Amino acid sequence: MNWINNVIRPKIRSILSKREIDDHLWVKCPVSGQMVFHKDLEANHFVVPGSGYHMRMDTLSRLNSLFDKSVFEEMPLPSVLSDPLEFRDERRYSERLKLARTKTGMEDAIKVAHGYLDGLHVVSAVQDFSFMGGSLGLAVGETLIAAMRLSVKMHSPFIIFTASGGARMQEGILALMQMPRTTIAVRELREARLPYIVVLTHPTTGGVTASYAMLGDIHIAEPGALIGFAGPRVIEQTIREKLPDGFQKAEYLRDHGMVDMVVPRHELRETLSHLCRMLMKSPIPEPDCSLPSLSDS
Amino acid sequence: MRTYLDFERPVAELESKVADLRDLSRHDASFSICDEIKCLEVKIEHALKELYSKLTPWQKTQVSRHPGRPRFTHYVSCLVDNFIPLCGDRRFSDDAAIQGGVGCFRGRPVFIIGHERGGDTDGRLKHNFGMAKPEGYRKAARLMSLSDQFDLPVLSLIDTAGAYPGVGAEERGQSEAIARSTETCLSLGVPNIAVIIGQGGSGGAVAIATANKVLMLEHSIYTVASPEASASILWHDSARAMDAANQMKITSADLLHFGVIDAVIPEPMGGAHRDVDAIVKATGDSLFEALCSFDDMKRDEIRIHRQEKFMKIGTDF
Repeated sequence: MNWINNVIRPKIRSILSKREIDDHLWVKCPVSGQMVFHKDLEANHFVVPGSGYHMRMDTLSRLNSLFDKSVFEEMPLPSVLSDPLEFRDERRYSERLKLARTKTGMEDAIKVAHGYLDGLHVVSAVQDFSFMGGSLGLAVGETLIAAMRLSVKMHSPFIIFTASGGARMQEGILALMQMPRTTIAVRELREARLPYIVVLTHPTTGGVTASYAMLGDIHIAEPGALIGFAGPRVIEQTIREKLPDGFQKAEYLRDHGMVDMVVPRHELRETLSHLCRMLMKSPIPEPDCSLPSLSDS
Repeated sequence: MRTYLDFERPVAELESKVADLRDLSRHDASFSICDEIKCLEVKIEHALKELYSKLTPWQKTQVSRHPGRPRFTHYVSCLVDNFIPLCGDRRFSDDAAIQGGVGCFRGRPVFIIGHERGGDTDGRLKHNFGMAKPEGYRKAARLMSLSDQFDLPVLSLIDTAGAYPGVGAEERGQSEAIARSTETCLSLGVPNIAVIIGQGGSGGAVAIATANKVLMLEHSIYTVASPEASASILWHDSARAMDAANQMKITSADLLHFGVIDAVIPEPMGGAHRDVDAIVKATGDSLFEALCSFDDMKRDEIRIHRQEKFMKIGTDF
């Protein structure tokens, strides 16, 4: 039926090309292929309604969804040595940093805020994979140390949402040194007997898992999140065989004893709230009771 | 038979000439070549000096991986008396990539742990090229805890390209094992001294190198990830390892500048592999000196010293 193709197709093409489609309006689910309206996705905590697939969540949405009434106070990022290696490949690292800052509107791959979670004061750090793969360098390391110390100072639980490909190569050995450095801060939390809860989100690998992300008192993973030390590509190249299904996924880690639970995003807030309350010996509030706001503190 | 690195070709040619001449003179006693050999040996010395005084980071990477470079076993057999190896993580297995035990170092009982990469093909396979699995780091942490319990210092020798990336290692929690080992280092109330004797690769090195003092052999390297892995992450091409090595400030001089290490142990001309006894002795001297500097310190002071040292890194600007 060639004549149909010849006659109708150009018309369809012309209709399509006339319409302007905003890339951000519709999002495709990587699992089911289903198209979801962005606003619906946002309203659903970036979980695809049909398939339950957990899309990546930006840091601001994460903080908004964690704190009561989306009210929180952000901690400014401490200033750090910039480009210590004077690193350049095809481009200067300093340029790459600038680009990432313009693209994301963030200073580096992390945000820290404090506020109330069901009326209990908590400090939270959120790593952002969209900023240079969430990589751990001087800025993220120093921010985490400051954040954990803020927790100690405020005697509040510390909740971190990890997302990172690992250490930031462009900062070389000084990025690697953030592993022991952040571990020191974790020990300070522990000495202060404050809950340190790690929520592992997609993906968390490399030097981040090999330091503070695997030293939590409680490990929670989001469904389907990739969590591991070596990335799957590296492992495949080393052992030269296909990796088993579900390898390094959140559920796999739970089955192998590395995380306490896999919690869907809708239940995350309540789980965190209950855990923090109980570990802090603070009664779990009745739903819908009036919550204190930041200005009360 | 000596192994030569690609950039050592001028030296290799001269040394093979010397060997040939020695052979000749052995067969024919009338054939005197003393002067000739002396002249060549001077040339060799010059050539080595010329090469080794300005090694590029990539060349240092090659030196740090030289098959003849002294390994954990060499250091322990020369420096530690009555060494008793200890095995196993008490959870799963024993990992030959990390060795450890208790012994006497210059008259003082110490715990000593480190990566062993193996000397020949069989050895390398047995020790998995010095790439440890979780059980290796858990053994290290166990031995460090023991040393803390018995108030004995810890010496650790670092020589690894990185922790092993494999299915089993991931299954058993490679990252958790590394993190926990690093944390154990930080918890010690006894001094720990680390020496990077070959490659200090990534988290696999940090796990036992989070020490009060970190010393480094002149031509060793200490990296956020092995040059191959760095190149693979940066450019999706591990073949560009040389570029990564040259860019990433991985030499002892760079690390001393950044305050990541405390001292550099100079190597014999032509690298540690040319005079194993000399480098092992020099390392022993440096270790002893570092160890003695903690003699009058209390447990808490030692812990705080270590923490402050790491907290300072990268903040001086």
